[in-house]
Amino acid sequence: MTSPPTPPMNATNAPLLELRDVGKDYGQVIALDGITTTVRAGEVTCVLGDNGAGKSTLIKILAGVHRADRGEVLLDGVPVEFGAPREALDAGIATVYQDLAMIPLMAIWRNFFLGAEPTRGRGPFRRFDAALARETTRRELAAMGIDIRDPDQPVGTLSGGERQSVAIARAVHFGARVLILDEPTSALGVKQAGVVLRYVAQARDRGVGVVLITHNPHHAHPVGDRFLVLNRGRSLGSFAKADVTRDELTRLMAGGAELDQLAHELERPTS
Amino acid sequence: MKPELGALIGAVVVFAFFAVQSPVFRSMRGIANWMDPASTLGIMAVAVALLMIGGHFDLSAGVMTGTTALTVGIVAVQFRQNLWVAIAVALLVALAVGFVNGWLVTRTGLPSFIITLGTFLMLQGLNLGLTKLFTDTVTVGGIDDVPGYAAAEWVFASRLRIAGTEFRIAILWWVLITALATWVLLRTRFGNWVFATGGDEVAARNVGVPARRTTIALFMTTATAAWFVGTTLAVRLTSVQANTGIGQELTYIVAAVIGGCLLTGGFGSAVGASLGALIFGMTQLGIPYLGWDADWFYFFLGAMLLLAVLANRLVRRYAEAARR
Repeated sequence: MTSPPTPPMNATNAPLLELRDVGKDYGQVIALDGITTTVRAGEVTCVLGDNGAGKSTLIKILAGVHRADRGEVLLDGVPVEFGAPREALDAGIATVYQDLAMIPLMAIWRNFFLGAEPTRGRGPFRRFDAALARETTRRELAAMGIDIRDPDQPVGTLSGGERQSVAIARAVHFGARVLILDEPTSALGVKQAGVVLRYVAQARDRGVGVVLITHNPHHAHPVGDRFLVLNRGRSLGSFAKADVTRDELTRLMAGGAELDQLAHELERPTS
Repeated sequence: MKPELGALIGAVVVFAFFAVQSPVFRSMRGIANWMDPASTLGIMAVAVALLMIGGHFDLSAGVMTGTTALTVGIVAVQFRQNLWVAIAVALLVALAVGFVNGWLVTRTGLPSFIITLGTFLMLQGLNLGLTKLFTDTVTVGGIDDVPGYAAAEWVFASRLRIAGTEFRIAILWWVLITALATWVLLRTRFGNWVFATGGDEVAARNVGVPARRTTIALFMTTATAAWFVGTTLAVRLTSVQANTGIGQELTYIVAAVIGGCLLTGGFGSAVGASLGALIFGMTQLGIPYLGWDADWFYFFLGAMLLLAVLANRLVRRYAEAARR
């Protein structure tokens, strides 16, 4: 590790996750190039960018869906390469996708343990330990401060914000050290988005390193510790919170000059 | 939000309707009579319901009862094998067909409706063609002359005496299979995967559910149920027509839908499908008991189906409203 540690409590040596000069091509198209940033335990790294900026490609590399063509991904300071989502998951990198991977018609507790159901008994009597699953779901959600009236209600009856929160709680329960959130607030109203950001902060406070992908600087700035701004697959810079304001983030994302141009165009009809 | 609630209400209403007007219908003998068609249908409906919850249809399920019954007959009679050997061969045939259905559906991503329509037609042709080839007729008979018949009859076609009335043993199997399917659905990992695969296959795969294996297992389950019912028919009737089971596939789906299964998958229950089969059996025998023309049966069934689909639509709306 060569980069100087960020000032206060993070005196720990290697960051949880580090990207060094990562790039990815789809055929002739350079989807991502020269991306460098860090994710530390108990911090939120925000990845900002407009549509097509390369956010999804970055997620897919971290989640093990794609391999990087250039550069290095380091976990605890050790270079890693994930061939499949399962490998990333086993390494403690959990991804909560925009569509959540939850089944609307199924009960919350069934969703919570989907694919990782606890069992009891053996042989032909091996069965889904429903009592344990229900109880654990209730407890884990309560620990995140999520108040669910009844874990038996279908996920479909939850609001969008509640569903994001359940998905985050699930990832934390299953031992995620790095939590990647893909546009968790994009489809939500202001209030709901606030709820989700609160749970992002909860996960952070429990020592999880969070990667928050968003195109909304208003959501990113309050909760983020570090900001990576992407534009057309390239990094416009990786900033610590102290070094950048919300307005600067907004300008960077829109490509500064382009936004000024747009403002100029929109003003004209007054004449 | 219990899937079988509507079917339960329906079953009570249908029972009351016929029982009030027909003393035969409400007698023990009457009950034993209308439970019989409900039982073989119910065994299939439960398996088809599992498959529908898993998000698929099996149009070959009906003709497969014929395929397995004919296999039992041909292997036992034409190839002079012990009946149990024939029954085992029929099981292997069923499992193979179920596997092919599931494998094709998961490999190609095509709708199971069209894949199993293909296997349905192929099996229909094979049933006729092979039966003619081996017997020169369209019937396989003499199954009761084969060694092993007594034991097979005891398992598949005996009668149980309850309160002075004889009930066919298929009714017992039906109840046990419904209970087993309910347990599997609600209390095993596999059951959880079935709901998830039918609810949203991509999402299920994202969290590590083996959706493909689950789907193939479900197709093999309907095939196994078809084997069980086919064997029951072969042993009970001792002769099998080459067109056995054709047209039944839709009846199974109707029973499952009346029982609360969504056509879109992800929701339903085994008990509901059994109640759907019960409504079917009660109506089928209740209408002649009242002295009505049997044609009314289909009208009544269609009306039940429409009612059930309308009720199920509310469930889907409920889920989709909150979807975002």
